[in-house]
Amino acid sequence: MTVLSHETTKANRTAGIPVTLLKRAFFNALVALVLFSLMVGIRTEAGPTGQLTYWGRFGELASLVAIVFGGSIFIELLRQWLGPVGTEKLVPPAVQRGLAFTGRLVAPALLIFTLLVPVIFYNQRYILDLAILVLTYVMLGWGLNVVVGLAGLLDLGYVAFYAVGAYSYALLATNFGWSFWICLPLAGILAALWGVMLGFPVLRLRGDYLAIVTLAFGEIIRLVIINWQSLTGGPNGVSGIPRPTLFGIPLDNTDDGLAAKLGIEFSPTHRIVFLFYLILALALLTNWVTIRLRRLPIGRAWEALREDEVACRALGINTTTTKLTAFATGAMFGGFAGAFFATRQGFISPESFTFQESALVLAIVVLGGMGSQLGVALAALSMIGGFELFRGLEGYRMLVFGWAMVLIMIWRPRGLIGHRAPTVYLTKVQAISSDLVKEGHG
Amino acid sequence: MDYFTQQLINGLVLGSIYGLIAIGYTMVYGIVGMINFAHGDIFMIGGFIALITFLILISLGLTAIPVILLVVLLVSMAITALYGWTIERIAYRPLRHSFRLAPMLSAIGMSFVLTNYSQVAQGARVKPIPPLITGGYTLHESPDGFVIQLSNIQIVVVITTIVLLLIFNWLVLRTRLGRDMRACEQDQTMAALLGVDVDRTISMTFVIGAALAAVAGLMYLLYYGQVDFNMGFVAGIKAFTAAVLGGIGSLPGAMLGGLAIGLIETLWSAYFSVEYKDVAAFSILIIVLIFMPTGLLGRPEVEKV
Repeated sequence: MTVLSHETTKANRTAGIPVTLLKRAFFNALVALVLFSLMVGIRTEAGPTGQLTYWGRFGELASLVAIVFGGSIFIELLRQWLGPVGTEKLVPPAVQRGLAFTGRLVAPALLIFTLLVPVIFYNQRYILDLAILVLTYVMLGWGLNVVVGLAGLLDLGYVAFYAVGAYSYALLATNFGWSFWICLPLAGILAALWGVMLGFPVLRLRGDYLAIVTLAFGEIIRLVIINWQSLTGGPNGVSGIPRPTLFGIPLDNTDDGLAAKLGIEFSPTHRIVFLFYLILALALLTNWVTIRLRRLPIGRAWEALREDEVACRALGINTTTTKLTAFATGAMFGGFAGAFFATRQGFISPESFTFQESALVLAIVVLGGMGSQLGVALAALSMIGGFELFRGLEGYRMLVFGWAMVLIMIWRPRGLIGHRAPTVYLTKVQAISSDLVKEGHG
Repeated sequence: MDYFTQQLINGLVLGSIYGLIAIGYTMVYGIVGMINFAHGDIFMIGGFIALITFLILISLGLTAIPVILLVVLLVSMAITALYGWTIERIAYRPLRHSFRLAPMLSAIGMSFVLTNYSQVAQGARVKPIPPLITGGYTLHESPDGFVIQLSNIQIVVVITTIVLLLIFNWLVLRTRLGRDMRACEQDQTMAALLGVDVDRTISMTFVIGAALAAVAGLMYLLYYGQVDFNMGFVAGIKAFTAAVLGGIGSLPGAMLGGLAIGLIETLWSAYFSVEYKDVAAFSILIIVLIFMPTGLLGRPEVEKV
């Protein structure tokens, strides 16, 4: 834990005295020593009789304090060396123009690469599974982007719609035996209805009040799922959810299966590849609908609402329908993603729909750069991919993830892609910097 | 009726704990305008530090309960306050003039950090301690044998809360720091122009908020006899709900909201179902906000054109 203030950094630059640097590092180490003294230095454990025992862990404490001491010196030197220049200014303009040019190629290139993923990595089950996971989050991010990025409504309970979609599909499919292709639109519609239900009470709320109500709503849905055992199976979840079929043809090792019909040898990878293209299609549908809607009056009303609600009303835009449609559209895509999640896993339980998930999806949207479709995709790739890198360090994974969220926000509060193409333009397309985009006061 | 009175007492005790945490949310929101999502985890850290200090003091052979309590109170307040200070410096100060979602996300990230730091450092299991304050009074015994109990620990929780609130009230209304805080709440730029050290005031806000959360953590430990790494999240949203319910930014509102949430939760558990007590608390939050969009004691929002 390093505590460095910008003012002293400047002072150090002019004076360049290592003594102040050492003082500062020493101070940080002292703070760390007090912070970690009891939490790390003393380890408690309940014995078999419930009696708490404790023992000292002074080696760990000492090494943590040493890390803070060394780390603050290192960071301070790095800052002095780099100076207070922002990361953008380090890149010369010519390179920036080149990057902007290649930037336009990124999206198509990424799409082509994504389409080819199952071909390239056909035999690598792990990579395919990870790609499906990333695409699920891309879809969720694009869905939430409608609510947060376009309409500027801060939604901290988005995972509720994901849960509604997942449980709708799971319950309809297991109880009535309906096929995935009937349940998918139903899951979307049900989630959209819940979106409207959430939308109604919060129409008058703005900003942080909206945030807490959506958070509360997400928790209510989760708690109801946990406690309504007769319907949802409670904490045990729903299992035996049917796998999706290719319009009625199952992808299994039976005589009716796709492999048998096509006369090829059965492989379980077929189903994974099918799931991959399914989620890719769903995600692209989300993207396409969002881009189309943005050009329609409703989409422009969303963006107007994000920028200034009062002006919106003055211009005669019906803010009620605008907010409700934004919630419903976002929720519908969440519902689709949920149905897909249920069919992929074959098993769902309330554990998959915690606040942590909502925060993760919101982080993807904000990190991507609000309203930028490509940014959201890149953010999902780096977040989920980065998350996977730490799979081995089970206990430390969320710790690293939390630090990453903090540091990325400090480094790039406006997200990875800081600008995006405008929705409407007069004669020439000029990128809009996200500094000009409001974050929405709901 | 007796049953109701008993539940009322229990609810008020729980409500005081929520109120203490809610003050931290409300203060930060009033001055910096951000939701400190990590505040619930600061409460959890406070509980852990209190627990560890207890263990050390008891194993040192101390037996005088008031001395132990006082030392634990001071140690957990001091260390937890330092946590609040450090978090503000690392994760919130660089983002103070950034757009509104950025500090919120770094606060959510900080909350994950604290939860998992505590899990890594102290393990995932629940940590129990034997009850330190036992005994109590029988207030009333009805003919059918139902007894209204007021336990000593409940008295300690309520009295500590009241004393702290009085100190806190004095701090905000009568001291230089409190005046600076109120000035920053009105207008940070103007306060800075008039010679208020805004950075220091904001740091102190986090320090005081964290210290109050530490007291709440200690009270929770005494009342329930256990802490675990995960308790910050739920207590945090409840306290946040309390702050919003009371009108975020309003200090009496936070205490009132805390008491309201504590009462609703306890009464709901007593008369309906324990499983749905959180659902009830959140539903009432939504209902109150529909009819009073700025909470019970909140100032009406002015729309600027």
